[in-house]
Amino acid sequence: PRRTCRRAHSPGAAPAMNCRAEVLEVSVEGRQVEEAMLAVLHTVLLHRSTGKFHYKKEGTYSIGTVGTQDVDCDFIDFAYVRVSSEELDRALRKAVGEFKDALRNSGSDGMGQISLEFYQKKKSRWPFSDECIPWELWTIKVNVVNLANEQERQICREKVGEKLCEKIINIVEVMNRHEYLPKMPTQSEVDNVFDTSLKDVQPYLYKISYQITDSLGTSVTTTMRRLIKDTLAL
Amino acid sequence: AMDTDLSSQDRKDLDKFIKFFALKTVQVIVQARLGEKICTRSSSSPTGSDWFNLAIKDIPEVTHEAKKALAGQLPAVGRSMCVEISLKTSEGDSMELEIWCLEMNEKCDKEIKVSYTVYNRLSLLLKSLLAITRVTPAYRLSRKQGHEYVILYRIYFGEVQLSGLGEGFQTVRVGTVGTPVGTITLSCAYRINLAFMSTRQFERTPPIMGIIIDHFVDRPYPSSSPMHPCNYRAGEDNGAVYPSVEDSQEVCTTSFSTSPPSQCVFTVTKAHFQTPPPVVTDTLKVPVMGLAFSHQLSSSRLSYQPAALGVGSADMGYPILFAGGLNAAHPHQLIGPGKEGGVPPIPSQPAHGTQADQERICTPLDGVHYSAATPSSSEDTETVSNSSEGKCGSPHDLLETIFIRKVGAFVNKPINQVTMANLDIPFAMFAPKNVELEDNDPMVNPPDSPETESPLQGSLHSEGSSGSSTGNTHDDFVMIDFKPAFSKDDILPMDLGTFYREFQNPPQLSSLSIDIGAQSMAEDLDSLPEKLAVHEKNVKEFDAFVETLQ
Repeated sequence: PRRTCRRAHSPGAAPAMNCRAEVLEVSVEGRQVEEAMLAVLHTVLLHRSTGKFHYKKEGTYSIGTVGTQDVDCDFIDFAYVRVSSEELDRALRKAVGEFKDALRNSGSDGMGQISLEFYQKKKSRWPFSDECIPWELWTIKVNVVNLANEQERQICREKVGEKLCEKIINIVEVMNRHEYLPKMPTQSEVDNVFDTSLKDVQPYLYKISYQITDSLGTSVTTTMRRLIKDTLAL
Repeated sequence: AMDTDLSSQDRKDLDKFIKFFALKTVQVIVQARLGEKICTRSSSSPTGSDWFNLAIKDIPEVTHEAKKALAGQLPAVGRSMCVEISLKTSEGDSMELEIWCLEMNEKCDKEIKVSYTVYNRLSLLLKSLLAITRVTPAYRLSRKQGHEYVILYRIYFGEVQLSGLGEGFQTVRVGTVGTPVGTITLSCAYRINLAFMSTRQFERTPPIMGIIIDHFVDRPYPSSSPMHPCNYRAGEDNGAVYPSVEDSQEVCTTSFSTSPPSQCVFTVTKAHFQTPPPVVTDTLKVPVMGLAFSHQLSSSRLSYQPAALGVGSADMGYPILFAGGLNAAHPHQLIGPGKEGGVPPIPSQPAHGTQADQERICTPLDGVHYSAATPSSSEDTETVSNSSEGKCGSPHDLLETIFIRKVGAFVNKPINQVTMANLDIPFAMFAPKNVELEDNDPMVNPPDSPETESPLQGSLHSEGSSGSSTGNTHDDFVMIDFKPAFSKDDILPMDLGTFYREFQNPPQLSSLSIDIGAQSMAEDLDSLPEKLAVHEKNVKEFDAFVETLQ
């Protein structure tokens, strides 16, 4: 039975003190938004997913195998590696698709940000609901540019490709710091740390949300939160 | 606490982890430079044989080369494992692109848990490697390889040599993992300056030739940094026993390339290797390479030879051609897969790996020509089952390779006349041989093509054909490298050049021939009165029609 997870901090506020926060910025053309976001999100999730755990007796567990695959971008001179999981890919595409639509429809200057947050659930006693404690937050700030002609678009393809290469290197640098990771859970705790709903891989519990910046540059005109990971009780 | 030594079980585990980490690192790097998209499947049921819980295929030859380079050792201070990625053009120019270094430094983390934390961090590092291998400049180059250049790799163990990368090379750090015996570091130094040198420049300055030759034979120049021979043994250090490796020849390194759809399946018998060391010529020219390639491509494209090496892509169909410094004791395989190619039956893969095989893009294959399956299997078993690490079998001598050349359209010589006198240099079949061989080599001296009417056809024969037995009349013609503008030797069966050659002498249009023209005119004139009579009869109808148009 799923429990409501109340946020450990209020929406829009800074994350908790021990939550690592990384911010990446990209400027892209409208049609490049989806691929650029997917590239970054998939690269982060590649590092933050393991194989499925199989608990055995005596409290030990074995881990399944994570496959990977290359993805070529159509609108950017770029390729990235993602985890071989169609479910995970679908979930990310859904979130990124909504973000892209919101960007397009907002009528703003085309600025927004999409966030990927990793959290742990902490069980509380009744009547309090479980807490969600974030431990890592990735924010990608997006600036959509409009280009006048084909030549500019071609240059943009290459430039954005190069920028994404830099972002991948940045992500890997962060991952390499080997900073806080939730401790490996026992069988009863595994759902508080990992998303065990996928059939082939097991990412850490995560949420994706986004915000569109209005033309005045204020951080929130309408805060639209789309929870991809359903943590609400039905 | 701090003074506690590593338990012997932990030590053994750690050594094993580092060894397999090194092997997987090489696999990831080489596979990322094959020019194809890699795809492996996730599996929720653990089989216990996928190291670091990642589905990374093991190309047997790559594992073999890595093990050979390591010769039973592990990366240690001052002894790094390096994978050098270089580019070689069809004209024979070559250039180092990247050096991937797996190093160990002295900074120890005694507190860390080997079987758990170190293992997981090594897994994370491999994921980072997967990501980083796609963002260095060589990735895009390798995806476009095939016709004008190929990408080669070379593994060596010892001191890192970055001098071949040109000025201003950049470094990217993939990551580090602390262990109780030292910190493992994985990084990549890559070339920024991608200016090519032309072949002509090479002829003018012979000493530079050493750089090309270095890739395939021992470095002849004392100024180059010292290189450890492939059978480097550190037995003196710790007295461990290593697999017996037969003495290598002057050839110390091996390269592996993914070449354009060359339809040759090369496997070399051991007997061929009883040859004296190759003479290092002052120009390692491969003059006919360009033409030979295009001929080969156009002639034999119609029939593809199967065989890939475990990583293939049905849509690209790039073969994995092994060229390289050949060690007589380790005859190399040269295999050229084709479009309908796929994987040979990779033996003894773990059950999970087999699943991965089937899910990959490449299509299955009967692997008829893949003769070295058996010895590799013992390597694979060792690799994946991680049991009995002490096994020091030398399956190398079991490696048997046979040379077969697929007959192409321009070839009229029986296969067994092709001899490979000297297999110690890469692309040996394209290297200059003595005159006699050159005359007999259909690649150099293509026999007459089916349509011989046009003098241009004759010009496709080389000048050296004057000594051949055909006694053809085309001696006066000089070989032209026939490359029509905008043509590409493409994957399509019919490129512009072929089209042009085949259709450059079409028959005359019949309507342009004078006789026929005159004939029909006479007929036309004769039939005129008849036609006029018919029209007169129908005059009323015509008038009515004209009325309707008013």
